[in-house]
Amino acid sequence: MSEVLSAILLLLGAAFCLLAAVGVVRLPDLFTRMQASAKSATLGVGCTALAAAVHFNTLEVKTLALLVTVFLFFTAPVGAHMIARAAYYVGTPLGPHAVVDQWRPHLADLPPPEACGASPAKTELPPRQGNAASGD
Amino acid sequence: MTPAWVFASSDAVPGLTGVAGQAAMMAVVAGLALALVRLVRGPSLADRAVALDLATTLAIALLVIHAVLADQPAFLAVAMALALVGFLGTVALASYLKRRGQP
Repeated sequence: MSEVLSAILLLLGAAFCLLAAVGVVRLPDLFTRMQASAKSATLGVGCTALAAAVHFNTLEVKTLALLVTVFLFFTAPVGAHMIARAAYYVGTPLGPHAVVDQWRPHLADLPPPEACGASPAKTELPPRQGNAASGD
Repeated sequence: MTPAWVFASSDAVPGLTGVAGQAAMMAVVAGLALALVRLVRGPSLADRAVALDLATTLAIALLVIHAVLADQPAFLAVAMALALVGFLGTVALASYLKRRGQP
């Protein structure tokens, strides 16, 4: 029973890790790539650590696996947030499917996104769809 | 018969866990190759930082899987140390990225 459980957890964790790598290669934008890397890979490592805890089934291994998982779950969002904040404030352009970036006009000393070969920043919200015009 | 290029001592853990662990290890190594693709291709320095962060996380997963396959819990302590060093590297790279001031 524990053999089946640890095998399933190992395969699940490896699948999450592989999906994180595919997302980092395929997604169009730094900030969406960071979503894949920070969340999915962390969950994959958590699943494999749980598989190790199930497989060894001693107190020290359980403590160590819990320690690895908790440490990674605390530090991965912090690191991703730091990289994303630094990248935004040095003017990394958003992807072509981004809807709106309302903070960009407040950062006047940044180079425009056209300098990096990207589409210009959309600073206004798009018009609302549907029958919202009849309300007021 | 396990091929010799699989990076594991395959006779330590027999049965279903061994087979699943070897498949998991191959999947994680494929993920490392994809992270390397992003590291080479990434248009900005921040993309390369993300790829390095992902590679560190995948190396931690690889160490944990190898701890299960080789039946030696000491590799979990190595994974813990690598998690610490990886976080420090990410923080240092982010602060350098902010101080350099260009994407």
